[in-house]
Amino acid sequence: MSQWLPIAEIAAKVAGGELLATDLVDQALKTIEEKKEYNAIIAVTAERARERAASIDAAVKNGENAGRLAGVPFIAKDNFLVFGAEATAASNILKGFKPPYQATAIERLEAEGAICVAKANLDAFAHGASTENSDFFVTKNPHDKTRVPGGSSGGSAAAVVLDMAPFALGTDTGGSIRQPASFSGCVGYKPTYGLVSRSGVVAMASSTDVIGPLTRTVDDAALVLEIMSGQDQLDSTTIPRDGTPYTDLATDLAGKKIGVIKEYMGEGLAPEVKERIDAAIEKLKTAGVDVQEVSLPSLPTALAVYYIVCPAEVSSNLSRYDGQRYAYSASGTQNLDESYVKSRGQGFGKEAKRRIMIGTYVLSSGYYDAYYRKAQTVRTKLIQEFVEAFKQVDFLLGPVAPTTAFKIGQNAEDPLQMYLSDIMTVAVNLAGIPAISIPAGESNGLPVGLQLMAPQRADRALLSVAKATEELLL
Amino acid sequence: MKLARLARLDLSEDEINEYRQELSSILDYVTLLQEVDVTGLEPTSQVTGLVNVTREDQVMDYGVSHEDLLRLAPQTLDGQIKVKRMIG
Repeated sequence: MSQWLPIAEIAAKVAGGELLATDLVDQALKTIEEKKEYNAIIAVTAERARERAASIDAAVKNGENAGRLAGVPFIAKDNFLVFGAEATAASNILKGFKPPYQATAIERLEAEGAICVAKANLDAFAHGASTENSDFFVTKNPHDKTRVPGGSSGGSAAAVVLDMAPFALGTDTGGSIRQPASFSGCVGYKPTYGLVSRSGVVAMASSTDVIGPLTRTVDDAALVLEIMSGQDQLDSTTIPRDGTPYTDLATDLAGKKIGVIKEYMGEGLAPEVKERIDAAIEKLKTAGVDVQEVSLPSLPTALAVYYIVCPAEVSSNLSRYDGQRYAYSASGTQNLDESYVKSRGQGFGKEAKRRIMIGTYVLSSGYYDAYYRKAQTVRTKLIQEFVEAFKQVDFLLGPVAPTTAFKIGQNAEDPLQMYLSDIMTVAVNLAGIPAISIPAGESNGLPVGLQLMAPQRADRALLSVAKATEELLL
Repeated sequence: MKLARLARLDLSEDEINEYRQELSSILDYVTLLQEVDVTGLEPTSQVTGLVNVTREDQVMDYGVSHEDLLRLAPQTLDGQIKVKRMIG
């Protein structure tokens, strides 16, 4: 049982003077301390959180509007720039970096009274599916300390499941919100690409990166999305909202058409995951949903497309870490070039270097057409297949990952094996469509997530069907 | 290793050997894309459909000063970021 009320209720009670933001912050910090053996948290922002809580409590006493998230504590993945703590992206190259500004998403949440209490662990630069690539430590799955929580937003997912705060923020470039939500047992929402500003969030792959909430319920995710989303001058890839709110979701399921993705339900899927997904499908049918099988024949190419496009964009985005303007700078170098190569060689972890090199290779002269250009063209094919599928059905359904949480160390030696855990999530990122992972029960004591997807910009509809499904699966 | 040079990464001999093997197997995996028929299709570079997003060319105050940013640099001189010599 969670110690936190639904987010909207917390805010209402703070605004009404029944709860003090200061007490809520203390509660969060206490739980963070109690659960520290799980290594979910890199740093707490205790001082600043307490200051903000005090000013929110004072504002409430003064009869001022404290915001729709008044006093609600939250935890941000450490690739978000937030005042009061370093922003490391779990990488040694950013250790010690104190942000001079905050992410727009953080500014918007704070403007509505939410309070960041801590920064969560991740795979360094969000490269990974388990937090084993963090340069600092591995986060443990809340259900089984010998297993990973998923990644790259593993710390955020674990924090929510360990009840450290009512919500956490993550990023999803190839599945990094949905997969840890599935492995750890919470809701993880990936919005339509462009809905939430990425200003102030460490960039990974610019054409697929999104920010999203990890929460206990769909309603909570919807409210956080509502506050964060909307065009931002500081991020020219943000799309305008059309006035549709993400709150007060309608939850009628009857007559909705949901397509089960054939390519995700076959050979690679572990039986213990399939059984939970099949059980959920049966409940949807009983509730009057028109469940059909849908095929997107190019899906088996999605992982290859992603592992060309993503490293290519990573190699470009990580070129800014040059040891000259901020963060880690190697000592004892003789000239600028040596300073570049040593700062980067010493500061970056293995996976970052791996991806930078793959990216550099596929973008290099002589290889660009065969790899990068080809991958981006296959991407067009994938996008078209999603568009076609959504002519047949309203939503798509499938598992989030081929297995439940794997053991710490199991995939660490084989990067390609680790990449394969993204097989059911990356296509969504390449297409820029919204998707969600909601808990669908447990198998052998480990959580299994159900994935639902919708067309671009259909976030409200997706959240609605997800909420209805969540109610069904309780 | 030429790639490491292009990427401005200083790698040890051991690292180079390790990466060579790993990169090889990853790149083998992605060559499955060679088989895919993409006749008549254009590459996707972005999924929003946005074109030429602009804003007014005005200095905006985001509450970040020159000093705030300089403070982050490893070495500064007279209000500028100082770097090592480029030649030699």
